[in-house]
Amino acid sequence: MSDLNQALATKYKGNFLKEVIDNVEEGDMVQMCMQCGVCAGSCPMGPHWEHTPQKIFMMIRANKREEVLASDSMWMCTSCYNCIARCPRELPITHIMHGLATYAKRLNLVPKTQPTAKFAQLFWNNLTSKGRVNELKLGISLYFMNGFGEGVKTAMANQKLGLNMLKTKRMAINEAWGGHSVKDKSGFHAMLKKAAEIESDSIEANSK
Amino acid sequence: MSKEYSFYPGCSSQSGASSSNYLTSVNAMCEELDIKLNTIDDWNCCAASIGYAGGGELPRVSLSARNIALSEKQHPEQDIVATCAACWLATREASERIKESTKIKEGTGLALKEAGLEMKNDKNVRHMVEVLVEDIGMAAITDKVKKPLEGLKIAGYVGCQTNRPFGIDGESFENPQYLDNMVEAVGAEPIRSYEKKVSCCGGALAFSEPDKSFNLIKPILESAMDNGADMIVTPCPVCQMNTEVYQDKINEKFGTNFNIPVVYYSTLMSVAFGRSAADSALNGQVIQAEKLNAIAAK
Repeated sequence: MSDLNQALATKYKGNFLKEVIDNVEEGDMVQMCMQCGVCAGSCPMGPHWEHTPQKIFMMIRANKREEVLASDSMWMCTSCYNCIARCPRELPITHIMHGLATYAKRLNLVPKTQPTAKFAQLFWNNLTSKGRVNELKLGISLYFMNGFGEGVKTAMANQKLGLNMLKTKRMAINEAWGGHSVKDKSGFHAMLKKAAEIESDSIEANSK
Repeated sequence: MSKEYSFYPGCSSQSGASSSNYLTSVNAMCEELDIKLNTIDDWNCCAASIGYAGGGELPRVSLSARNIALSEKQHPEQDIVATCAACWLATREASERIKESTKIKEGTGLALKEAGLEMKNDKNVRHMVEVLVEDIGMAAITDKVKKPLEGLKIAGYVGCQTNRPFGIDGESFENPQYLDNMVEAVGAEPIRSYEKKVSCCGGALAFSEPDKSFNLIKPILESAMDNGADMIVTPCPVCQMNTEVYQDKINEKFGTNFNIPVVYYSTLMSVAFGRSAADSALNGQVIQAEKLNAIAAK
């Protein structure tokens, strides 16, 4: 268990709902869920959730901290917003799922092999490096995210796809050296650093 | 007089990126409709819907706040317009959260200061299809048509984020009509009963969970075929990519033989407005839209 995770678990002992309200994006809205199940029935990835959003909301209230945060459920969200559009109590379910995923990541509780967790981190690293996504590098890092051997296999299997994208100029080899970037990189990085600090400080403070 | 907007093109529209063809056809379409897009200088990525693992809420909202702040400085009187669904969604969501939460407002204010920026947050954040529906109108689009797309049957795949959670022009989430109306405006036949119109293609999970996503993409293609569509049209870069470029893989997996073109609304309009195949970005199709090629060559 990471130190921060330990500290927060101790601080909120017996009240995971309060922990979610204080620390998870739009977590206060969890209290509004009336357990109707429309979100669970509306999710395109429905069959693949270990616990549906409806269940997760009840598990939060039932204090199932580890079961929720270490679950790979939230990582099934495709951000289709069907649940948000249909929720009769207007819970921002998509945002809460992203928030729970981020929080689990911060506390180092995400299942190690969760592919979307890995890809989402690669995406973030890619975009923050120069302020704009470098699709070529993102694609390559995705193929190789499970090691070199599997990467070569995946790259071979997707060779035709890559060629199609190159042929239609929807992928560019020269993105490998250089590539698109914001001009004010230092201002951009300073801004992100500050935002990350403010957020971390607030969660650190809640752990004490 | 042309209508002017502060334009946020987004990462996938850049040269050599996956929806560079979208931007090409948007430019041609806007020239014909007398829409002037003023690109926000030095815009950055919005983190889309998949940046959340690495970026918490405040860093993500700050990304969009920076774009809004730049737009306010450069084009103070103009609405922000995005062509990408995720860019629109992230920017509008950020703007709303900054309005709703003092904590987020203060946080983004401090973060922006580090980049020497500040924001008033008084802009409308809109999608290009809103401009077409609300500011231009279908009648004005039809007026510009030089080559009606007669005889083409087109399935309008609206997808998710150019629909939910904000909706377009107050339309229903379950059966929006705007894309079908656009198809009709350029002289083609829309398939209004297209069952998979607002289904999810898997979004970014097509990269990380391809098998699960292919199960979602297959019925989107199948329903278009069953309804006799010549092609699919979509307003979203991720929808376009997921439904077009993986058809080979889906055929491999399911033993199907899909080979149906998937184009942007801007491609349809550019061709109908009489622009060349190149201006309409027909060369950006992995699956060639032969019927549009033929009309463009006329």
